[in-house]
Amino acid sequence: MAQTLLQVEDLHTQFFTSRGVVRAVDGVTFHVDAGETLGVVGESGCGKTITALSILRLVPDPGRITSGRILFRGKDVTKMTDEEIRDFRGNDVAMIFQDPMTSLNPVTKVGMQIEEAMTAHERFTEKVARPRVIELLKRVRVPAAESRVKDYPHQFSGGMRQRAMIAMGLSNEPDLLIADEPTTALDVTVQAQIIQLMKQLNRELNTAMMLITHNMALVASLCQRIIVMYAGRIVEEGPVEQIFRSPQHPYTWSLLRSVPRVDEARKDRLVSIKGMPPDLSHPPPGCKFHPRCPFVIDKCKVDPEPQLEEVGVDQVARCWVLMRNVKEESTEVAKQSALSKEAAEKLKAPVGELGAGEVGAGEVGRGAGG
Amino acid sequence: MQAAERAPLAGSRTDPVLVRVSGVYKHFPVGGFGGLAVRAVDGVDLEIRRGETLGLVGESGCGKSTLARLITGLLPVTAGSIVFDGQDVTRIRGARLRRVRRRMQMIFQDPFASLDPRMTVGDILQEPLDNFSIGTLRERRKRVQELLRLVGLNPNFTNRYPHEFSGGQRQRIGIARALSVNPSFIVCDEPVSALDVSIQAQIINLLQDLQREFQLTYLFIAHDLAVVRHLSDRIAVMYLGKVVETADRNDIYDKPQHPYTKALLSSIPVPDPMVEKGRAPITLKGEIPSPVNPPSGCRFHPRCPIARVPGVCSEVEPPLEPHGAVDQVAACHFAGQF
Repeated sequence: MAQTLLQVEDLHTQFFTSRGVVRAVDGVTFHVDAGETLGVVGESGCGKTITALSILRLVPDPGRITSGRILFRGKDVTKMTDEEIRDFRGNDVAMIFQDPMTSLNPVTKVGMQIEEAMTAHERFTEKVARPRVIELLKRVRVPAAESRVKDYPHQFSGGMRQRAMIAMGLSNEPDLLIADEPTTALDVTVQAQIIQLMKQLNRELNTAMMLITHNMALVASLCQRIIVMYAGRIVEEGPVEQIFRSPQHPYTWSLLRSVPRVDEARKDRLVSIKGMPPDLSHPPPGCKFHPRCPFVIDKCKVDPEPQLEEVGVDQVARCWVLMRNVKEESTEVAKQSALSKEAAEKLKAPVGELGAGEVGAGEVGRGAGG
Repeated sequence: MQAAERAPLAGSRTDPVLVRVSGVYKHFPVGGFGGLAVRAVDGVDLEIRRGETLGLVGESGCGKSTLARLITGLLPVTAGSIVFDGQDVTRIRGARLRRVRRRMQMIFQDPFASLDPRMTVGDILQEPLDNFSIGTLRERRKRVQELLRLVGLNPNFTNRYPHEFSGGQRQRIGIARALSVNPSFIVCDEPVSALDVSIQAQIINLLQDLQREFQLTYLFIAHDLAVVRHLSDRIAVMYLGKVVETADRNDIYDKPQHPYTKALLSSIPVPDPMVEKGRAPITLKGEIPSPVNPPSGCRFHPRCPIARVPGVCSEVEPPLEPHGAVDQVAACHFAGQF
């Protein structure tokens, strides 16, 4: 039985803006076991990044953790003193951000920055840290690490920078690595290199990983368990194979079917989720997904939001309908065309052209040749 | 004179090829001594057939966006010809060029940067109609409303500004603008990569519906091969300013002939954990070299898993030749031999 490393209980993080209170994270409960990789998926603005920042207590103003507990090895992060939290960040948990360009200091050498991350926590003396930098860069497979430590970030390519960021994250041997869209800014071939690197590191060092992404394929290749977030809430959670095989929440189902697969020939239209994510300062009543849900029933609009309920082994979902109760025919609704036929017909009608003297001379128009 | 110029145009109506790119080069001088230049597009031959979607893929910096800008005439070519429906757009000027340009439109990657923030949506959509003097003012206004309705936006939004719309809605406006002048050919340059997952599907479906409705020909550029395969009939792969392989979208996936294509395809994770378990991606060493000083011989040889170096790969540049399936071409000395 794996040991629980991180336990988040009923976390609420809210932003107090002039437009009202934005409930960015609205009662989120989950855990990360030692050595496991957990995927957190959802659209921009669903609260996945704020959840991660809350764990590190790095929520930017005007945001605040308003309630809930974040237990790391039984110790509540929300109650840590400033001293303790500094020690916790970097030593126990490290975070890799999306954009490797803006997260490195442009005027400090890469090696220096990694060294700084180590010595800042007084875990390593300068003497020990310096040779370790090269070792770390080698571990994340930066070629010619001995000479590259003296380079500045701008001399590194995007993929190399992301490797340096990962090296920095690993420098203090954290138990949990939070990676926020680590490959989004990178090219596919470089993305594949980084994915392999992260897989290897997870295996070699047994570092637990929390991968935040909107890329379903990335989750499929890296994670064991998955959490789907929508509008600040967890809507579904379970083992990755199970969620991919039989998603129960319509949102999870739509997300999975809204991306084409490279290994499949064009068979089907993509499921498109209509509309946009809700404004979190004024979320809709009932189930927060109901305005966009293709399988909505009256209960979803009126009743209070459903609870997370067991829908399979280790799988929970927050839905009144559940995909297992949706007939195959009804799923076609989600693939329908949004194109206005009427408008298309009107646009096809020829339009008279003015100023023919300017463009008309010596021309053969589209209809004129036939 | 005029009749002679018109002749190929009349003949081209039966030509299945709408756009023919032959030997196109685009070099950007980098200044300094020695005449160094970024060889962004370095000898490209490509055909885009009527009514098809040609997908163009490759890593950033491979020259795919530059090629798109050359085809639509937004950039002048250094050498080569681009024949659109019988007319070489690199040679014609003035009114004739304008006339051709009206038939080719472009949809850009960044819906935040490609719409003028100080123009209302109505003005943005009406501008191409004004430019090409299409219809009366009343007809243009009416058309703008129909365009908005067509792409699923409220036709009464004409007085709003771009910042009032979300990314997906802005991309719809960009699409409506491209459609306003009834084009037959649209270049889509990474139209969904700046959008959220759920919104991407909306735009992909919309593009497919529009193609069917208006018999459009697309050049679809993206680095997301899954999206490209979903939308395209044929796919061309670019590497460092050159096309290295072109084939039907199924053939290119089932039996890629160029090792770069194979590596590119295998590096894309599949959204299915069961499939992912059994997959072993070919990870390429290193990154794309500088287009200022491309490698000798085959440009891919320093990263190629099957290259014979020193040998033919580092010495002779392989030509684009038929390999594998019907209608499949690849530029590799050892095509399919892996």
